[in-house]
Amino acid sequence: MTVIENALEHVESHLHPEPSYELEAHPVPNGLEEIWRFTPLKRLRGLLDGEASDATLTWEQELPEAATLTTLSADDARDLAVNAPFDRLAALAAAQAPSAVVLDVPANAELDEPVRLTLSGDSLEHPVWGHVVVRVGANARAKIVVEHTGSAVYDAFVPVVVGDGAHLDLVTINDWEDDAVHAAQYNLRVGRDATVRFFEISLGGDLVRTTANVDYAGPGGSAELYGVYFADAGQHIEHRQFVDHTAPRTSSNVLYKGALQGQDAHTVWIGNVLIRKVAEGIETFEQNDNLVLTDGAKADSVPNLEIETGEIAGAGHASTTGRFDDNHLFYLQSRGIEEGEARRLVVHGFFNDIIRRIGVPELQERLVTAIEDELAEADFSAIHGRPEPGTPAGSIGAAGGSDA
Amino acid sequence: MSKLEIKNLHVSVNTEDGEKEILRGVDLTVNSGEVHAIMGPNGSGKSTLAYSIAGHPKYTVTDGEVLLDGENILELSVDERARAGLFLAMQYPVEVPGVSVANFLRTAKTAIDGEAPKLRTWVKDVNAALERVTLDPSFAQRSVNEGFSGGEKKRHEIAQLELLNPKFAVLDETDSGLDIDALRVVSEGVNRYTEQRDRGVLLITHYTRILQYIKPDFVHVFVAGRLAESGGRELADQLEAQGYDKYVKAAAV
Repeated sequence: MTVIENALEHVESHLHPEPSYELEAHPVPNGLEEIWRFTPLKRLRGLLDGEASDATLTWEQELPEAATLTTLSADDARDLAVNAPFDRLAALAAAQAPSAVVLDVPANAELDEPVRLTLSGDSLEHPVWGHVVVRVGANARAKIVVEHTGSAVYDAFVPVVVGDGAHLDLVTINDWEDDAVHAAQYNLRVGRDATVRFFEISLGGDLVRTTANVDYAGPGGSAELYGVYFADAGQHIEHRQFVDHTAPRTSSNVLYKGALQGQDAHTVWIGNVLIRKVAEGIETFEQNDNLVLTDGAKADSVPNLEIETGEIAGAGHASTTGRFDDNHLFYLQSRGIEEGEARRLVVHGFFNDIIRRIGVPELQERLVTAIEDELAEADFSAIHGRPEPGTPAGSIGAAGGSDA
Repeated sequence: MSKLEIKNLHVSVNTEDGEKEILRGVDLTVNSGEVHAIMGPNGSGKSTLAYSIAGHPKYTVTDGEVLLDGENILELSVDERARAGLFLAMQYPVEVPGVSVANFLRTAKTAIDGEAPKLRTWVKDVNAALERVTLDPSFAQRSVNEGFSGGEKKRHEIAQLELLNPKFAVLDETDSGLDIDALRVVSEGVNRYTEQRDRGVLLITHYTRILQYIKPDFVHVFVAGRLAESGGRELADQLEAQGYDKYVKAAAV
């Protein structure tokens, strides 16, 4: 793996901080830095102070045969040859976690059932530091579902190594209580000709900030990153991705969709893609769509694409933020469907585009219900059917927006 | 026996240059059992008439009324108009991502009928309706109109017409952009609907081509936001031969 590191040129880019386990490499942020400026640091409940704590979450697991969970010392976990932390929160998690949990799916294993991990908290008193390593061996096939529930101040560093030719679906669900704080960094290394599909569904929590970093250990790898989020009044939900195309003929597809409702609901999507000189013939597309359901909510959406080689198959990005599309509602209503039901259908469809790809029917149904419950809390009196002047209309849910 | 009456309908839209009047006093009565063709050049306001009857928020009615069996439907919301028995087959059917055709049709049918359709027969009915317009039943699992070709969208509109079976259907340029096979399929669907004898159709079109398949009882020439002339089928033949020129010139005077 280190061979790859050495072969790559250094890229001067704010998209690409140098990963490191050393805390000193990641200065304490003042909140103005590019990677911190959207995050309300005061609401991290002191996570950045790095208080030593051996508090843990309660783990429940369903492990199909072949998959194993073991515990390693933090030092040993560092030697598993995966990407080091990219920011201070991740470095703190790696440094302070008393030990690391390693989830292994051996080479050539084909799991019939998903690995299910439920991590729940019941206290905000002390921070919980988590270091979880996921390793999927060459040519294995696995689905892993991680659910986060309850109340906690949880900071996790999660390196994920996917072997050559392997296929991993990693589904993370952030369904915290309203007071939880959750920071997480998922560093995914995609093997040669491997496929990773990463889903994150963020519904609960006071502050959720996750970063997914992807790089490739060889040519032909494919990464699909999908996000669904629903922010209510006062919630801050932030999803950041950095896809580093470090090998030729690799592909990445990023699609995040969010809905916001209520005063000071705030969502942030940062989609960074770097295409290095070596990454010839790659293909990438990233898209973020936000549906603003009420006044007082704010969606930040920032795609960044840096291209160091012209020899690529395709690269693009799209971002839409808007209110309900008049044309969607008109079409449904013109078939007799009353307005509230039409709105429900449109939101359902908006998210279903991603949820149906998860491929775990029971989980999909649960998520659809959870989103409908969120929507049921909507204050429809604050909804305006028409976009405000100057906001793009007719583009929600459709890349490029061609519904006019 | 139902009656759709359009009386002195004036409609405006907001443009960059301010309010612009598109419909300038439309009077028309459609009884159930009748097929009325409305023919006119581009920009005459034909589609505005269709959308205004259905209640699209872009259009503002400044005068007049539209009565369905005596009730002014302009006071109803879009969905209430549909439940009262109106249907608009759109020129550009809207794509609704992530909402399956099956879910959409079941929700619409439930809304129109006031009760959920019987599960046992409904799936069969949907499949049959799709097959009648030569859409594969697998379309039921696809997102509404998403990725459909132009012809598939129009055929999907006609499948909805048959399933929802409204009192009155407004077909807005349903023939535009169709090849001859699709045109025939769509026309046959409309004819099955009208053969019930107690349904009314307002067929809006630019071309006479569709009138070879759907025989109107009345033909109206629509120019500059109002009806310029009304007659029987022979009027369509005259338009085919002479075009809209003389009406456009007369309206410009």
